[in-house]
Amino acid sequence: MINIGEVLLNLWNSSGFAALSAGFGDGGWQNLVMLVISCVLLYLAIVKKFEPLLLCGIAFGCLLSNLPMGGLYHQELWTAFMDEASPFYHSYGEIMRHGGLLDIFYIGVKTSLYPCLIFMGVGAMTDFGPLLSNPKSLLLGAAAQLGVFAAFFGAVAMNLISPELGFTGPEAASIGIIGGADGPTAIFLTSKLAPHLLGAIAVAAYSYMALIPLIQPPIMNALTTPEQRKIKMVQTRQVSKTEKIIFPIVVVIFVALLLPDTAPLIGCLMLGNLFKETGVTDRLSDTVQNALMNIVTILLSTSVGATMVGSNFLTVQTLSIVVLGVIAFGMSTAGGLIGGLVMWKATKGKVNPLIGSAGVSAVPMAARVANTVGQKNNPSNFLLMHAMGPNVAGVIGSAIAAGFLLSVFG
Amino acid sequence: MMLTSTAPDLVNISMPNAAIVAVLGYAVVFFGLILLMLVVMAMGKIFIAKDKKAAEKAAAAKVGIDAVPVAPHTKGEIVLPTQAQPAPGTAGQLKLYDVEPKTAAMIMAIVANKMGKPLNELRFISIKEVK
Repeated sequence: MINIGEVLLNLWNSSGFAALSAGFGDGGWQNLVMLVISCVLLYLAIVKKFEPLLLCGIAFGCLLSNLPMGGLYHQELWTAFMDEASPFYHSYGEIMRHGGLLDIFYIGVKTSLYPCLIFMGVGAMTDFGPLLSNPKSLLLGAAAQLGVFAAFFGAVAMNLISPELGFTGPEAASIGIIGGADGPTAIFLTSKLAPHLLGAIAVAAYSYMALIPLIQPPIMNALTTPEQRKIKMVQTRQVSKTEKIIFPIVVVIFVALLLPDTAPLIGCLMLGNLFKETGVTDRLSDTVQNALMNIVTILLSTSVGATMVGSNFLTVQTLSIVVLGVIAFGMSTAGGLIGGLVMWKATKGKVNPLIGSAGVSAVPMAARVANTVGQKNNPSNFLLMHAMGPNVAGVIGSAIAAGFLLSVFG
Repeated sequence: MMLTSTAPDLVNISMPNAAIVAVLGYAVVFFGLILLMLVVMAMGKIFIAKDKKAAEKAAAAKVGIDAVPVAPHTKGEIVLPTQAQPAPGTAGQLKLYDVEPKTAAMIMAIVANKMGKPLNELRFISIKEVK
């Protein structure tokens, strides 16, 4: 006869509930807290619609990796993977042999495959026409990278407050890139420089991107006058198809030669854009924009969420990242607006400084916010197309900033 | 203070070095995008000049066509060269055989769309329902 009691006891002992209760004092409580956090993130994604396409996957990945005994993600394998003294240093074979489903997914983050493929999709969805018709927009895209470097400096400066709160150079660089308001770029850089902070940085970056309509308007109103916000901008010139085809080729040659570390990101961004503009690769453009983008989004978001293991995430550093992230976003917005004000002055009032705030990447949310704030002050003012120039320039700008930080700290 | 390239300095980076990296990084972003701006501006100028040349050529061709003497029409009317004419409001009468005007309008729009030509550049003589 089978001992039913023993079977049930074995079943209980092999369950996650037993593991949670047994290891509660030994870090198990952290898993419980993370389960609550993942439910909060799911609520924000589903009910509040904060970047739901990404946050939903991130939250669910977090939920899965914090379920004890699930074996979906193994932090210890990745610690060994990063440890130069370990026999499994940089051994994908070890990950494939002993890793769980999310470990396998995470290889795409580690190899920078997902951020690059996402950038290809972004490129295929981006119209660089507004930028080509007004190349000075690139200056606003550069000005709006202020937050990247301000947050980097701020992260290093936290060492002065307390060494526990502070960050190393590579960690500070990864935090700073949140100011670029560009999720794939942030993941690309962080997975190379500070992979242990990936979860916190990705969540901060995507959460603040979703909160752009709340973060930016107060800064825009503080730095500009109502008269400046009312300025109507004149229609820019029509850009020919040939120009749009040549542009991605020129950019990739130029930027990749200037900063070779940005070649994967810029290369994929411009390849996607070339697919869109050639007119002879419509099928590829469609696949990159839709099917591929959706597949990679699922893999990227769940694997990034999986890195949010309690012992890694519930630290004072995470809180610091959250604070520094919002500073980075604010400073980038301010930088773009200051750039806009300089252009307003230089053009004797022809440029509406609000379009500078769109230089923080986050396509097309930031451009929409500039348009909305402009219309609040002048309902007949349509700034969207003018703001799209700095907006797409911000994507290139943040990739250059990431390339610089990678070349210094990588 | 000079920015050193040894690894420990950059991992446990000092405040002055961090300040140099921050300023240098911001400058590099500006430098890169300013250079890109100049390239894009030069590209734009080339294309604007090209478009201008093409427009001038088209204008010259138009003048040439206008200058061609026009043969009189059989009924003694003068017919101007079609290329020199502005887009006419009507291209004559359209004969409909067992077709509602609304259906005819739809058919003409579909044909124009399929041919990729503006409707005012096409001339429909008649539309007849095939029974």
